[in-house]
Amino acid sequence: MNHWIVLPVLLPALLGSVLVLIGRRDPVIARTLSVASCAALLALVVSLLATASTEAPQVYALGDWPAPFGIVLVLDRLAALMLVLANLLALLVLLSAIGGADRERQHFHALWQFQVMGINGAFLTGDFFNLFVFFEILLIASYGLMVHGGGRERLRAGVQYVVVNLVGSTLFLLAVGLIYSVTGTLNMADLASRVPEVAAGDRALLHTGALLLLLVFALKAALVPVHFWLPGTYAHAPAAVAALFAIMTKVGAYAIIRLFTLAFGDDAGASSWLAAPWLLPAAMLTLLAGMTGVLGAQSLAQLAGFSVIGSMGTLLMAVALFTEEALSAALYYLLHSTLAAAALFLLVGMIAQRRGGAGDRLRIAPPVAQAPLLGALFFIAAIAVCGMPPLSGFIGKLLILDSARESVSASWIWGLILGTSLLAVIGFSRAGSLVFWKSTAQAEAQDAEGGGAAEDEGAAPPARGGALPLVATSALLAGLVGLTVFAGPVSEWLDDTAAQVHEPAQYVDAVLGAAAGNE
Amino acid sequence: MEFLVASSVGVLTAAGVYLLLRAHTFPVVLGLTLLSYATNVYLFATGRLAINAPPLIDAQVARYTDPLPQALVLTAIVISFGMTALLVVMALRSWSASGDDHVDGGPAAPGTAPEDRR
Repeated sequence: MNHWIVLPVLLPALLGSVLVLIGRRDPVIARTLSVASCAALLALVVSLLATASTEAPQVYALGDWPAPFGIVLVLDRLAALMLVLANLLALLVLLSAIGGADRERQHFHALWQFQVMGINGAFLTGDFFNLFVFFEILLIASYGLMVHGGGRERLRAGVQYVVVNLVGSTLFLLAVGLIYSVTGTLNMADLASRVPEVAAGDRALLHTGALLLLLVFALKAALVPVHFWLPGTYAHAPAAVAALFAIMTKVGAYAIIRLFTLAFGDDAGASSWLAAPWLLPAAMLTLLAGMTGVLGAQSLAQLAGFSVIGSMGTLLMAVALFTEEALSAALYYLLHSTLAAAALFLLVGMIAQRRGGAGDRLRIAPPVAQAPLLGALFFIAAIAVCGMPPLSGFIGKLLILDSARESVSASWIWGLILGTSLLAVIGFSRAGSLVFWKSTAQAEAQDAEGGGAAEDEGAAPPARGGALPLVATSALLAGLVGLTVFAGPVSEWLDDTAAQVHEPAQYVDAVLGAAAGNE
Repeated sequence: MEFLVASSVGVLTAAGVYLLLRAHTFPVVLGLTLLSYATNVYLFATGRLAINAPPLIDAQVARYTDPLPQALVLTAIVISFGMTALLVVMALRSWSASGDDHVDGGPAAPGTAPEDRR
């Protein structure tokens, strides 16, 4: 057994507990440890990625209990990819929070580590109930981070977010119970081997359970009709936290890919491709709703939130085709949209800080400090999010369009993706020109001050947090440029990943075969 | 027995959903609690209902009950208890900060009394 596999969960768990004790006493040590841990995790998951890309899926049996009985962690290419993305994001965004968000309360770094632990665990686990537990861990940490720093609007949005997710957790349990009652297993690989054998009379129950799970994952991925929580939550969370949340919607997308290719794929008999007829229309509506929201956004943070919804629509549309080609395109777009969304949220936070009382609301206000620099970064991020050439968003959308050519709903997919790109371009150029070009007269400043609904802490001293958020944002955008330049090798690697995902026998053999080997 | 368990799950869920839709924090917390009770009873039943049967292997007994759902229920109880406590604290903070207890993003104006929307 490769013991390194458990470390992405173990390290943040241990460090998080230590940080609870240290954070109160010495913020500098806490900060150093937290950054060091994120950097170490990144190095670790990159080496895991290297292992995963040459070898068959690797299994770590927790407590050495054999597979269908104990809980296993599984490292395959898809999981390794998500781990690298999550930990890269966690490190960069954590840098941007240093000296800013982490000064407002004591336990920021501890919560951050627990959040990373939950995300890593959700990507690694091979067991449904364990997935539920990791979802709860990442959610409870996200509740803490979301309301970090307090403030009236933030708390209101936080309560809403918690309630929505608690209902989601309840549905998750019901779905897991349904699936267990029919198949008698919670292990994903074991489930995959049992689904074809389910009696015809029980199949409706199994499908109900699986589709309930789809609903729960869709809630995490902010899919229409359960997307309504996202704009409010992301708009009111601190910028660094919203940027980290860019990976949380992808946890939902990952879970959809994992479950519905592994257990309900080609080999599932009467249950094969169970999710496709539901997922595709929902993803289309999501894209439309997200980009319409971009047009109607009242603030930059809302704009960024709705663009995340739109990108989830594009991503899941490609996932819903359930072909190897489309999955590879979807994974490329996933990498791109996570980095782009995180950069956008960090930028919005910086702009709001440097605009005085107006914050990030889309209205004419006094000029932004450091406008040329921020404007240029915003321009790059907007190009990336809209999917304009030359950045990776364009390549991602192109790959998705190309992979959808064979599909029966190709005309719908092409029309929607191209049409909503136009909406996004209009929305972003309107917002950008309003913020950076129309900001003039001091007389307008009073109008902005009188808004009343602003965050109490909104009028923070300018340029707080120094250059680190700028560095983090630039690094994220540089990641996008890298993704564009190396699009060839990356998409080749992703092709192999998609091929592995579409061959669930590899995963099942690794999990159940490894169990036999250990006995 | 089956009827009793099934109807209790149904009644708890119905009451929970009704309270959840009231959109004020106190009924919502109660609704979530009822929903989690319903889920727990339901999870308990997923291992099939067996009376007077041990969950452990014993040479003298031929009939067992499934121990796994019981373990799941224990985990679920702990998690939902913790989550409810957190929600109560956050709801109180939110209420003391904003002066109303809507959870649906309703009128944010501080002057609006909760009674207006009941």
